[in-house]
Amino acid sequence: MSKDKITITVDDKEIEAVAGSMLIEVADEIGIHIPRFCYHKKLSVAANCRMCLVEVEKAPKPMPACATPVNDGMVVWTRSEKALTAQKDTMEFLLINHPLDCPICDQGGECELQDQSIAHGGSSSSYHEIKRVVVDKDIGELVATEMTRCIQCTRCVRFGEEISGMRELGAFGRGDRMEIGTFVEHDLSSELSGNIIDICPVGALTAKPSRYTARPWEMTQTPGIASHDSVGSSVNLHTFKHRLVRVVAGENEDINECWISNRDRFSYQGVRSYDRASTPMIKQAGAWKSVSWEQALEEVGESLRSANPDEVGVLASPRATLEELYLLQKSMRSIGVNNIDHRLRQTDFYDQESMGLFPWLGMSIADIEDQQAILIVGSDVRRDQPMINHRIRKAVLNNDASVVCINPAAFNFNYAVDNQWVVSPAKMVDSLAVIAKAAIKNSNLETPAGLSELLKSVRVNVKSKVLAQQLTDAENSVIFLGALAIQHDRYSTLRALTALIAETTGSTFAYLPEAANTAGAWLAGVVPHRKEVGEVTRVVGSNVTGMLNDSLKVCLLLDVEPAFDFDNPQRAQSAMQNIDRVIAITPYIHKSLLEVADIVLPSAAFSETSGTYVNAEGKWQSFKAAAKSVGESRPAWKILRVLGNKLGVEGFDYVSSTDIRDELKEIYDAACPVSNSFEISGVYAHSDVVSENVIQRIGGVAEFCGDSLQRRATALQESAPEQNAVHLNATEIKKLGISPLKDSSVDVTVEQDGVTIIMPVIENDAVPDGCALLYTGTSASSQMGSAFGTLKITL
Amino acid sequence: MTSSRSKTVLTKHEITEIDSWLKRYPEDRSQSALLAALRAVMHEDHYLSVEKMDAVAEYLGIPEVAVYEVASFYSMFELDEKAVAENTIAVCTNISCMLNGSDKIVEHIEERLGIKMGETTPDGKFFFKVEEECLAACCGAPMMQLNHVYHENLTPEKVDQLLDSVSLCKAEEEQNNG
Repeated sequence: MSKDKITITVDDKEIEAVAGSMLIEVADEIGIHIPRFCYHKKLSVAANCRMCLVEVEKAPKPMPACATPVNDGMVVWTRSEKALTAQKDTMEFLLINHPLDCPICDQGGECELQDQSIAHGGSSSSYHEIKRVVVDKDIGELVATEMTRCIQCTRCVRFGEEISGMRELGAFGRGDRMEIGTFVEHDLSSELSGNIIDICPVGALTAKPSRYTARPWEMTQTPGIASHDSVGSSVNLHTFKHRLVRVVAGENEDINECWISNRDRFSYQGVRSYDRASTPMIKQAGAWKSVSWEQALEEVGESLRSANPDEVGVLASPRATLEELYLLQKSMRSIGVNNIDHRLRQTDFYDQESMGLFPWLGMSIADIEDQQAILIVGSDVRRDQPMINHRIRKAVLNNDASVVCINPAAFNFNYAVDNQWVVSPAKMVDSLAVIAKAAIKNSNLETPAGLSELLKSVRVNVKSKVLAQQLTDAENSVIFLGALAIQHDRYSTLRALTALIAETTGSTFAYLPEAANTAGAWLAGVVPHRKEVGEVTRVVGSNVTGMLNDSLKVCLLLDVEPAFDFDNPQRAQSAMQNIDRVIAITPYIHKSLLEVADIVLPSAAFSETSGTYVNAEGKWQSFKAAAKSVGESRPAWKILRVLGNKLGVEGFDYVSSTDIRDELKEIYDAACPVSNSFEISGVYAHSDVVSENVIQRIGGVAEFCGDSLQRRATALQESAPEQNAVHLNATEIKKLGISPLKDSSVDVTVEQDGVTIIMPVIENDAVPDGCALLYTGTSASSQMGSAFGTLKITL
Repeated sequence: MTSSRSKTVLTKHEITEIDSWLKRYPEDRSQSALLAALRAVMHEDHYLSVEKMDAVAEYLGIPEVAVYEVASFYSMFELDEKAVAENTIAVCTNISCMLNGSDKIVEHIEERLGIKMGETTPDGKFFFKVEEECLAACCGAPMMQLNHVYHENLTPEKVDQLLDSVSLCKAEEEQNNG
């Protein structure tokens, strides 16, 4: 398509446009609205609804603006009598089979059909016969259907093919009997399926969890930032009577375009969980007692002041806001506490000093689309970071990028992956070392001393040579280091190898930070060896593992649930049990937390506090509070501000969260620019040899269990029961003596570190031999040991 | 890996047929062979089961939904197992045939077989298809398709003869085989 500029006239206005672009795009750009249903700027042109008919000079009939390319000298009228008549007639046709049930339709008030009927339709219909009825489809816990209302625009069908990469919905039958559905009844399984709610122009597909809660005109919309993966998607928070009732996608072309993951859309349900903490509480002689804020904070201040700072540990969720993390770090460091960390699921902290300022992509999210060769190390990127996966998919589709993964299981992708090297967790180091060796041989660089032993022990194979060459040859290439690598017990080795491959092949070294504010936590200094913006501390404190092993006297938790948020919940829970004073600043009081905590300071949940997240591309995104916090709970930054004052920290007189952000931003701007540069300085080790008689656990974080909010989102939990099962391949299941599973579920006994849990087993051939996929963060694994430990499974 | 399961579900004839059509299209356009594949399944089973459709999807490497869409679009494909019978009768009821008395033909067949359009005789001999579309033989209206053969300028007597001959053929065949 040529990029030549041409001139056309729309409604007597002369416009410059790119030749070949569609009329509707050109009109949209200059703000001339043409009605439409089937057209969507991110989807292919279908031209089936005929709503966008406009008058074009010299054309005998009205033309659909969505499918009419512009030509030089074209003259168009969008509101002429001919155009308006065509639109009005189309509207009448569309309404022939559409029920006029707006009063009981959840879409009422935000319905494109309703709006356009008023703007472009007539007041009566020539059709007096019986309307057709379509049976509703059950497509899962997230999307409600009312298929009689469907106008067959096929946006949802095209979304499946073009965006989510899974054709789950289709158009069956034909003519006036055409129906949208799945044909064979099943739940939608795409991680992006909720977007069909946003793009459905009528009330056929609506959000099931928020159905019939409030009318759109009764809701207040506040822009927000999604709080789970490190993309930081734009969302719009809808509140009704100061209560968060719904989340829909916001638009940010550079970050999430106009899509959001199901996790970001439906996690809001966790805000109103039954176990919200609503008053400050203190445990006295084993019994919980509600107290005033004053008393609780006094008690907390006293505990912290009187303790030996070396015996105080501070653990924070990487989902906390930048402001909260900064205040936490600043106040704790000012009383001499250095045992502070946010890397709750990490177990290998060797060479933490060589880490760059903060983990990030090394490029913008949109830049991912321009990559030609992509290596993914340890990530189920589709579930971990859906919108980053979306960009990788675009690189594959539009740029013919080649994708290779090294993963402990054969994860499911929605694009063609050239090669997925599935190896047990213990063998990941070797696999990566083979590629590193091939890359070194390919370049003129020397093997760093710390890796030479490791590289000597492996042999280069053809596959790795090809891959190294691909990464070297590609103009743009990237290596992603994902959550499964970061949580691996030889993370430092995997990282050093990744850095080496990146350096020798000229690829970008890209972290996939685990949580919404992992990058922010590093910047705020919530690590034992650094203060804000990378300032090195004189004394290096204990990391997460250290804190759980040390005998701490006081522990401060910021939105952390020991039974769910750590690599090893069993150890975390028992370590907390042995600490004299566990102070929890938390929106939720799960019973496992109440068992180990001594003081609870109720904090505001998602949407109830203002703050900032730093996403995977290093972008600072601030947001306002949208809803009122529950009971007496307060935004955590306010709690920490008062606590700072109680501890006598200077300069803790912030009036708003933006004051805190601005203070940190000033330090940040004055410091050096960001880079992922990573110096290979240590000596890196192999994985330990794992005995053949045990099952290695692959303990990635379950899709909907990464943090306290999503774990309480009931619809998401119901949509993914497989999170609480143990996954084995057919060979391992046979070894257990279970005959083919098919659809029936069988319970097995899973033993780890002396604890036995009974849970269902699922046949999953993505899991390699000798391994079991058993997610962390789930209730099933809340009493188990390390995510990458070993298991014994019996019938 | 792509066609491991489908190979056990599809019959030899179906696979040969699909393969012969696949050869006629570019490699990345396997969906082009879909209509032929479904026709082959119809020939074997007289209807399209979800199992067979899924097997076709897997064999061609296309989404299952894409197969369901095509299968449900064309009236020559039957999706219900009740369409399975020794013989299929399809009477055109479109405009030319209707003007030339296809109603009477339909009525006659229904009376003779004791079933309605869309049903199968209890003995499994005849399936009387709901024919919606023009079969492109207007000059010989009214017409019907009996199995794969067109019969034109129908009268109730001619229909009787045809149906008798089908029953007779079958009987002879059985005798010969016996």
